[in-house]
Amino acid sequence: MSKRQEIIQIIESVSGKPFKLSPEESLFESGTLDSFALTDVVAALEKKFKVSIPDSALNPRKFDSVERIEETLAEWGK
Amino acid sequence: MAFLRAFGSYLPDRVVTNEEIGGQVGCDAEWIRGVSGIESRRFASASENVAQMGAAAGARCLERAGIPATDLGMILVSSGSSERQFPGPAASVAKLLGLDSVPAIDLPLASAGSLFGISLASQLAAVVGNVLVIGTEKMSAIVERQPMDRAVAILFGDGAGACLVSPDVGGARVLGWELHSDGAFAEDLKVEFNEPLAMNGRTVILQATRKIPRVISSLFEKHGLAVSEAGVFLMHQANQNLILKIAAALDVSPERFYSNIARYGNTSSASMLIAADEWSQQVGFEGGVPVCFAAFGAGFHWGALLAVGVD
Repeated sequence: MSKRQEIIQIIESVSGKPFKLSPEESLFESGTLDSFALTDVVAALEKKFKVSIPDSALNPRKFDSVERIEETLAEWGK
Repeated sequence: MAFLRAFGSYLPDRVVTNEEIGGQVGCDAEWIRGVSGIESRRFASASENVAQMGAAAGARCLERAGIPATDLGMILVSSGSSERQFPGPAASVAKLLGLDSVPAIDLPLASAGSLFGISLASQLAAVVGNVLVIGTEKMSAIVERQPMDRAVAILFGDGAGACLVSPDVGGARVLGWELHSDGAFAEDLKVEFNEPLAMNGRTVILQATRKIPRVISSLFEKHGLAVSEAGVFLMHQANQNLILKIAAALDVSPERFYSNIARYGNTSSASMLIAADEWSQQVGFEGGVPVCFAAFGAGFHWGALLAVGVD
């Protein structure tokens, strides 16, 4: 499974809905994630990709789309 | 050594329902309940100010403790919604309690202010004697500033809470506290002079859901206790969904988190002590059972305090 597919799987699991957006579309503006679901997505990403993102680096904008999540994980060497 | 001796609270009479506030900002009552757990809040009258509400809560607290205000060694007043830049409400609260020389100090921290207050008081009590800690907020005066922001307007209410911290007697002994501040997030939750409250809700929730469980776990560990041993968690009542997230993160039943947010909304620094006052009237401290206080708010400031019921 590709990294993108793994990210999408996490988003689907947290939102409880099939993912139908393009990779650059906003997860927040589309209503896919709210503030509380974001916390679950971040926790699931940390667990899945075995990375511990420090609080100081946690900017919600970095998790606003599948593309941005990919970039964020790349920043953390994943 | 310091003890939590009594609590008190004051809520204004006017009940503002979700229907009323929702009508002002274009959302329905059920949506507000779903995103926050709030069903109503109280708004102070135009003539009520933070000092008056704080003094009312403080007077009730002293009455429950059975001591006169003249037995106080210090007053700490937290408010993020004070009407003036200075002086803050602390001196006015002291005056309303009939005092004219007891030191009264302002803690303008908003949400976490009363937690910081009782933590400081637990150290100061040995030196100054009884310390009255008050959190008092008139958030309605801020959220009604134009343009009203839906995400903010639905959350907040007015009220005041108080806690008497004593050096030698009380229902619970303070075991310790852990406080933190990180100014890197100062822009994410703020009120500029005469402007509406500005909140980056996603950042607030993301940081709070990580920092609060972490600080609670750290504090219990320091004192050789398991989080599961706590009889009750008395938290800043920010959002019911946040409380549920924190309970889940700590693997503790949500029932152990006292909640009154449905009735009062988020009363910022007053909320934790209003909750403590209600809980103490309904349940109260039990010998040997730990009680955990916790809060998170603008700054960001956050932390927890651990106390244990006296046998």
